[in-house]
Amino acid sequence: MTNAVKPDYEQLRISDLHAFYGESHILHGIDLTVRRGELVTLLGRNGAGRSTTLKSIMNMVGRRTGSIMINGNETIQTAPHHIAQLGVGYCPEERGIFASLDVEENLLLPPKVRSDGMSLDEIYDMFPNLYERRRSQGTRLSGGEQQMLAMARILRTGANMLLLDEITEGLAPVIVQKLAEVLMRLKAKGLTIVLVEQNFRFAAPLADRHYLMEHGQIVHEIGANELESKKDLLNTYLGV
Amino acid sequence: MTMLFGVPLAVLYGQLLLGLINGAFYALLSLGLAVIFGLLKIINFAHGALYMLGALCAVVLLNTLGVNYWVALILSPVLVGIFGIFLERFLLRRIAHEDHIYSLLLTFGIALVIQGVFTNIYGVSGMRYPIPEALRGGVNLGFMFLPYYRAWVIVAALVVCFGTWFMIEKTKLGSYLRAGTENAKLMQAFGINVPLLVTLTYGFGVMLAAFAGVLAAPIYSVSPVMGANLLIVVFAVVVIGGMGSIIGAVLTGLGMGIIEGLTKVFYPEASSTVIFLVMVVVLLLRPAGLFGKEA
Ligand SMILES: Nc1ncnc2c1ncn2[C@@H]1O[C@H](COP(=O)(O)OP(=O)(O)O)[C@@H](O)[C@H]1O
Ligand SMILES: [Mg+2]
Repeated sequence: MTNAVKPDYEQLRISDLHAFYGESHILHGIDLTVRRGELVTLLGRNGAGRSTTLKSIMNMVGRRTGSIMINGNETIQTAPHHIAQLGVGYCPEERGIFASLDVEENLLLPPKVRSDGMSLDEIYDMFPNLYERRRSQGTRLSGGEQQMLAMARILRTGANMLLLDEITEGLAPVIVQKLAEVLMRLKAKGLTIVLVEQNFRFAAPLADRHYLMEHGQIVHEIGANELESKKDLLNTYLGV
Repeated sequence: MTMLFGVPLAVLYGQLLLGLINGAFYALLSLGLAVIFGLLKIINFAHGALYMLGALCAVVLLNTLGVNYWVALILSPVLVGIFGIFLERFLLRRIAHEDHIYSLLLTFGIALVIQGVFTNIYGVSGMRYPIPEALRGGVNLGFMFLPYYRAWVIVAALVVCFGTWFMIEKTKLGSYLRAGTENAKLMQAFGINVPLLVTLTYGFGVMLAAFAGVLAAPIYSVSPVMGANLLIVVFAVVVIGGMGSIIGAVLTGLGMGIIEGLTKVFYPEASSTVIFLVMVVVLLLRPAGLFGKEA
């Protein structure tokens, strides 16, 4: 289903989300909504709580309260291994490529969560490097190739909502360009994407909306058409 | 008689065979410890007691229900494995998020309880388990006499070790295990039921121990303390091989058995300590173990 079918369908709705690591209270009441087919970013300085927001959606933090609706299902009580099955694909900031698996094993590791994922052929078509290196140990790949692998891995599962954490971090401009193209294609396919980014120049042309985060809270929401008028805001919070 | 360094060859081969048999048990037990350590990150001090349970279970099955060796070889590991699954599910899991020292103490306590209960019932004197009919006797190889049962122990242990290695390194299920060992949280995020994987892995490691116990029943005397004595040596083997490597556990187990056997021939006084001497040397030269990854 694409956003053309049901334009305002809420793929993700977070209300009053608080998250904790042990005693430390990291997120202080997050509210955000992502509609099906949208590409939304979480922007903010290091330590603002963007990664923690994604981890909270995956139930990977110590404790969380509030409400997280995914595709119409309340998931605040859902076990971590049942979240992916709602159609969620998570790409962690540290990429999480497994050293004890070769490239293809890494690629085939996550179980399918929906029926219309990309086939291995389509994946190799989109990322030819991965095909050439499919028998290499996962962590022997270059940073850029590892990032492609981390992306490709969740595309194969058929997830229709992707949570991507700093996928351009530390990568050469050509790779960043390639990732931008990939995201455009995924968006055109109707996938819903939540993108955590430092690289505002990468995110700005792709995104429909931006959430600005600071100290574990969302401080502003900015539509793609408001970027010019809210330049000062971005400057204050991101220093772009 | 042919001699080598003043030792009759027949004696040498005999001790090599004994060493290989002991090594087969070291390999099976340290393999189970390595599999469990990989995913659960705990050192299973209950391993020796579970090995003993495997042997004892075979004895009890035979004496009460007349269950023969071949059936016991499967049934006993299954029963003890189910017991292991209960241990993980209802005891170990409760403290899984605590410091690993707690699970170490818990498994140590479980070992003492199991051992104590069965000592109370059966005493510490050994029980006999007959060698299965089909494997009685042996063959004269010309240079030595090879009892069939001992040959069977080595073959069975090697097949199970190889099978385990194959399953972990070459199958889809094994890739879950390897990946879970590296990053269990991310596996959960991919939708894999890691708690279930943990339970099954513990159960499988326990089955390996119980299988070794049944194999041992006809050659070592079966008693509630048989595991405690063996486990100390197996821990030394694990330290030498390094935690976490499947192949390392198997090769080190076999190798240490052989070294022990050879020591018995050439310097019998040191035969019970040689493994610990090797452990000291390895710890000095390569603290992560022969097959361990340097931190
Ligand atoms: N595992 C953790 N345990 C305790 N505190 C953490 C942990 N991970 C992150 N934090 C803290 O949570 C805050 C938000 O971190 P994070 O979500 O990673 O920020 P961002 O991704 O926006 O850079 C930071 O103050 C960080 O120190
Ligand atoms: Mg982050």
